[in-house]
Amino acid sequence: MTNEGKTPLVELRDISIAFGGIKAVDHVSIDLHPGEVVGLLGHNGAGKSTLIKCLSGAYHMDAGEIFVEGKKVQIDNPRDARAHNIETIYQTLALADNLDAASNLFLGRELMRNGLVDDAKMEAETRKIMGRLNPNFKKFNVPVSALSGGQRQSVAIARAVYFNAKILIMDEPTAALGPHETQMVAELIEELKAQGIGIFLIEHDVHNVMKLCDRASVMKNGELVGTVNVAEVTDDDILGMIILGKKPAHLAA
Amino acid sequence: MSDIAEATGTSASKRSIFETLEIDVRLLGMLVAFFAIALIFTVWTGGVFIRPRNVFNITVQTVPVAIMACGMVFVIVSRHIDLSVGSLLAMCSAVMAMMQAYWLPSLFGLEYGSPFILVLTILIGFVVGTAMGAATGWLVGYQGIPSFIVTLGGLFIWRNVNWFTTNGQSVSLRDPNLLMFGGTEGVLGAPLSYTIGIAASIAAVAAMFLARRNKINHGFIVKPMWAEGVMMAIIVGTIMLFVGWLSRYPIPAGKLRRMFEARGQEVPEGYSAMHGLPISVLILILVAVIMTVIARKSRFGRYIFATGGNPDAAELSGINTKFLTVKVFALMGFLCALAALIAQARLQSHGNDIGMLEELRVIAAAVIGGTALAGGVGTIYGAVLGALIMQSLQSGMAMVGVDTPFQNIIVGLVLIIAVWVDIVYRKRMGIAK
Repeated sequence: MTNEGKTPLVELRDISIAFGGIKAVDHVSIDLHPGEVVGLLGHNGAGKSTLIKCLSGAYHMDAGEIFVEGKKVQIDNPRDARAHNIETIYQTLALADNLDAASNLFLGRELMRNGLVDDAKMEAETRKIMGRLNPNFKKFNVPVSALSGGQRQSVAIARAVYFNAKILIMDEPTAALGPHETQMVAELIEELKAQGIGIFLIEHDVHNVMKLCDRASVMKNGELVGTVNVAEVTDDDILGMIILGKKPAHLAA
Repeated sequence: MSDIAEATGTSASKRSIFETLEIDVRLLGMLVAFFAIALIFTVWTGGVFIRPRNVFNITVQTVPVAIMACGMVFVIVSRHIDLSVGSLLAMCSAVMAMMQAYWLPSLFGLEYGSPFILVLTILIGFVVGTAMGAATGWLVGYQGIPSFIVTLGGLFIWRNVNWFTTNGQSVSLRDPNLLMFGGTEGVLGAPLSYTIGIAASIAAVAAMFLARRNKINHGFIVKPMWAEGVMMAIIVGTIMLFVGWLSRYPIPAGKLRRMFEARGQEVPEGYSAMHGLPISVLILILVAVIMTVIARKSRFGRYIFATGGNPDAAELSGINTKFLTVKVFALMGFLCALAALIAQARLQSHGNDIGMLEELRVIAAAVIGGTALAGGVGTIYGAVLGALIMQSLQSGMAMVGVDTPFQNIIVGLVLIIAVWVDIVYRKRMGIAK
């Protein structure tokens, strides 16, 4: 890859985390460069989401180091991650269903005016970014529980994109979406890549990985099977890694 | 849609009027229920129910429960419950009673009426209430004990620490400054009440204009000016009617004489004075306004609602939900202390059973007011209105001679029916929660 030798945008080094004796993530190292999409694959329970939650601050890792642009950082909670411009779109979307789109978009980072929450300004900003991401979005004054799956997804994506993320974590962003909306997410990923944002994409669908990702890291039973350049492998190679937990023969140098 | 309109007896054009005015249909339902209760009892009592004297009494009696219900809204919205508020009130009341009647006078030789008694009693009472609430919040938030358990324990503990504090005896309260918080002893009189009413009206209208201008500045469509005007007229009208009504309740001649005697004067010939707004009711209104601003316009309030809607999402958004729980319960404790100050001053004594079963009335008021026990949903004005509805029902029934057991049975039924109607309404409207 052309990124060889450059300082990665983010590097997870030797990360381990265990829950009650079960090693959910076992000495895993992965990295991500600007403008790159790295897919994270593996069976359910392989440790993908757990690994990524160490980066987003939702979990506290037992051992290992995280470097952002070459500097070692300490991430103890989601606020720390946000301070390093790491944004996450969770599989569950992590939306407060009883609040409207603007309140969700700015949750934890409200715009203030004279010490009070400035709802009008936040709604105006939400309208702006939604006009870009999902022009069909019109329901600004209802709780997000009243929105469709795709609309909820766009609120979650808008939240991650609005705050100038450098590192974006997407946990199965297309799992709940129809074909049209999936296409929209794919286009968005291309656009964000072009802006130099690095993206970790947790994905089950190997086809999507082949289409969207530059590299793919495969995990099995908490361990990293290997990281491959997507251009150098086939669907079957990746499936083999997921199922057998072995790197394909022609790459296992 | 059409069957909903039929079921609620509302025509399509009326619905659109409410939408134009941006009136919450739920609030409207509560107001209708409240006015229906008032109307029934007014007719039944031949007009006595609506007289200034009775309106005054009902509002004064509503205050402690309504103040605590404001805090309970936050507790329930954040998916917790506080069963200890009645005992917390008793505990705060015990401390404040002992402070003003024994500890301060004997320790520092302070006399009744001394400003130090006033300030120190209130200060210590508020600190005790807030600290007890914070302790509850710490056990719930940081130690993960369910709030139902912590506050059920608190219900027993504080009720009996209260007993121990006063040796189970009633404490009669005589400090004139502190008795001012009770109601009839502390009224503002007609001129000051009208002044406050006018000031509040101006503030309300100004706030509505500011909100409107802010929306226009961001290019939003606002409701038509006539709708804004109607809302302003309703709000100003309500404020002035309420203030004016209480200002028509005269202070009895005997009491006037005693008030003048206390100042070493005689009542002038033909002199009369009106009660006007009681200080305790003014405090309730301030609490309700401040709590509404917190709920809607502060980060703290936004986080309470977000946590109630989805605790995981709140956590992942960087909200410190544990500390938030401590703050919510501490605020609840503070409001219990405030309610205690008012409740004991109204009774002019601290009894062992003060605030007994009050937790249930407080929770009922919040729930009647539309607070969902599942969390994430609730309004302050709803809780205050809920408390007012319950008190009106109880007072009205007492006036027409309904026996106490039946009064309580009916209040219990109203609680269940209010939530039932709400559930049916939400189902029909297709609102999930």
